[in-house]
Amino acid sequence: MTTDVETKVDPRLTSGARINVKWVAVFVILGVLFPFFIDGYTSFQMTLTIIYAIAILGLNLLTGFNGQFSLGHSAFYAIGAYTAAILVYHLDFPVYVTIPIGGVVCFVAGFLFGLPALRLNGLYLALATFALAVAVPQILKSSHLEGLTGGVQGLDIFRPDVPEVLVNTFAMTMDQWWYLISFGIMLLLFWAAWNLINSRSGRAMMAIRDNPIAAQSMGINTSLYKSLTFGVSAFYTGIAGALAAIVIEFVAPDSFTFQLSILLFIGLVVGGTGSIWGAIFGGLFILMVPNIAEEVSTGLSYAVFGVILILVIYVMPSGIVGLVDILKVRLKKKL
Amino acid sequence: MSNILEVKGLEASYGPTKALHGIDFSLEEGGVTTILGANGAGKTTTLRAISGMISRSGEILLAGKNIISLRTADITREGIAHVPEGRGTFVRMSTEDNLQLGAYSRSDKDEIARDIERVYSYFPILKQRRSQQAGTLSGGEAQMLAVGRALMLRPRLLLLDEPSFGLAPLIVQELFAILKKINVEDGVSMLLVEQNASLALELADHAYLLETGNIVISGTSQSILENETVRRSYLGY
Amino acid sequence: MELFLQQILTGLANGAIYACLALAVVMIYQAIDHFNFAQGEMAMFSTYICWSMIAVGIPYWVAFLLTIVISFAGGVAIERIIFKPIHNAPVLSHIVVFIGLLAIFNSLAGAIWDHTIKVFPSPFPDGSFNGLIGLHEIGMFFVTLILLGAIFCFFRFTRIGMAMQAAAANPDSAELVGIRVGWMLALGWGLAAAIGAVAGMMIAPIVFLDPNMMLGILLYGFAAAIVGGITSPGGAVAGGFLVGIIENLAGTYIPAIGSELKLTVALVLIVTVLLFKPNGLFGKSIVTRV
Repeated sequence: MTTDVETKVDPRLTSGARINVKWVAVFVILGVLFPFFIDGYTSFQMTLTIIYAIAILGLNLLTGFNGQFSLGHSAFYAIGAYTAAILVYHLDFPVYVTIPIGGVVCFVAGFLFGLPALRLNGLYLALATFALAVAVPQILKSSHLEGLTGGVQGLDIFRPDVPEVLVNTFAMTMDQWWYLISFGIMLLLFWAAWNLINSRSGRAMMAIRDNPIAAQSMGINTSLYKSLTFGVSAFYTGIAGALAAIVIEFVAPDSFTFQLSILLFIGLVVGGTGSIWGAIFGGLFILMVPNIAEEVSTGLSYAVFGVILILVIYVMPSGIVGLVDILKVRLKKKL
Repeated sequence: MSNILEVKGLEASYGPTKALHGIDFSLEEGGVTTILGANGAGKTTTLRAISGMISRSGEILLAGKNIISLRTADITREGIAHVPEGRGTFVRMSTEDNLQLGAYSRSDKDEIARDIERVYSYFPILKQRRSQQAGTLSGGEAQMLAVGRALMLRPRLLLLDEPSFGLAPLIVQELFAILKKINVEDGVSMLLVEQNASLALELADHAYLLETGNIVISGTSQSILENETVRRSYLGY
Repeated sequence: MELFLQQILTGLANGAIYACLALAVVMIYQAIDHFNFAQGEMAMFSTYICWSMIAVGIPYWVAFLLTIVISFAGGVAIERIIFKPIHNAPVLSHIVVFIGLLAIFNSLAGAIWDHTIKVFPSPFPDGSFNGLIGLHEIGMFFVTLILLGAIFCFFRFTRIGMAMQAAAANPDSAELVGIRVGWMLALGWGLAAAIGAVAGMMIAPIVFLDPNMMLGILLYGFAAAIVGGITSPGGAVAGGFLVGIIENLAGTYIPAIGSELKLTVALVLIVTVLLFKPNGLFGKSIVTRV
């Protein structure tokens, strides 16, 4: 039965996607100046927000744009973090170099995990990635790998000093310096994601999400795209993991439990699936809410998360970004 | 002759989009009525509205009793069986389990067993396939199973949504011959929705023509067959 | 050889744990066509409820039965209150809600009963059979088999069991044959919660009670259900025992695995079976013509 239902067309599809240069410029300037007006602890917190945002964006590329589910991104986060830590700790690699390496290692890991995962549809993929997330901390703790991973104790990393020029001219602290590095990486990765989404490949990714059979019949190599997307998604999350290891100066298996996967997943849903900028809201959310929740009642932060998560599905299924869009439209109508 | 079904001012919508704009029609007890119309005219919607599968308003009287406020599962208990578009068999279950489920709302075990045999006598191929998973049946067999399952309700009224869809012409002939037999022997009234107008008019004794959610022509099959507009638009000669 | 036999028996004992939870996994899958990632936490929460009742002096079996009833009601309530409104939402929404429930139950249990590990009583006598397998494990083995028998009969021989499968597989058609689909889903949730509660109460004496006791076991429960075939309760139980044995043998005879990498065994099992035998060892293959 076909009825003449008017379907709502996403305005972004018809107007052509364009970055709003004005707003992005404001965002970048504010973002760069930000650490000079806040204390060290806050800029450390903001750095973590940025790192979460990058990881969430990675998850979003997979789920929001390609329609594959992962409850296992804590595993890729861990791989990125451990890659950086091991390279620095055992092989004395320069810290800065380990960040992209962490990403690349994760890309490979993600691609390889994505290969078999291709044959699994949504729910089964969620299950396989769930298993991955639950298994990884145990692997990291294993006594056979202890020489490499430091076992339960984990590994320490020490960051090099802030370049002298910056210390002399701006009196820049370590926290500010790494905030700026993370912010820069985030901008770069967001820009890359934006370009990816608005390219031929991005449309192929979304076509697979919306109708895999039709996508295949249009000549899209769905299996290749799906595993590549898995790889790219893991790449983002791996970069985030590597950054986190460096910023925190420490990795240990218990930082990468299934709870981290839940956290990233919450960030994804609350920020808005299928929205690039939503990842920033998601990052802010998962960092702020535990702090607030702990003040209400200790130990209940995950319960608060859970309730919010379920509420989001009822009242704003398109996440914070969706909410912002709705408010924008209402505001425009009033003006 | 009395009417098994009377529909008055029936409106139905998918979300904000209205698909039926207050239609009236009635079905004669023991008769076969068909609704003709192009794609998107509202044929399937009409059937779904009668079965309570979409939100609707107006009056639907089944032998005088208004069933508009009932839910689907309860409407079937009033004696309306619906063979949905796309057949809707339970693909993981065997043919016989599908038939058993058709009698879900009944509790007369012996009668159910007898009715299953009756369905097998109409469609002998189903007996051969009795323990086969329904998902593995051919299109024609699946359609027969869908009709058979609907009969298991012992319906007073059978709603048929494009039973010929996707079937080979020979199979369609066979299926429609059996439908005729069911109508005559069991006295089951039928409301048939079909793309294939000439086929439908052959089986039906009354017809309505639906266009974008409104009934535009109605009458006996004979008068509809002779109607100039219908002939040109729907029969193609 | 004796070591081998010993390991098989230990494997069977562990397998009983997984089989028990796998039954709950299969139950909910039959009812709603989804994996419930909160299944383990729900079972854990039920077990805490039982623990509280025993702590105030209610006899074990009374508490046991009450817990089953409460869990059943809780499962029905979850479906009616939380899942009914999002019935037609996409898969992602369902997974989100599962994860939300998981977080809520885990966090609540920690807040109510704190995180210290608690001893949970066994209804079976202490001791073991020839020092090979504990009496609790043997008791649990039989509880699992009884559960399996009940579930098998429910799905195979009762109208309501068949209707439940039909409602999960094709809700529209199910309504058209007169099945009240909404209540079938709620019933499925209730039964799964009740089975999960039994599993939790059987498992807790072995692993002790704490809010995180179920995560690893749930993974094994999934592995068991996948290995055995997600559509087949019997397969899930067989899968549970098989997984238990494989886990123990792998731990004993493959030095790299030892006792430390058992969760990885589950991961490998899940992925391997999903890839090479997606319907599991005993599951019905689903053939659909397009």
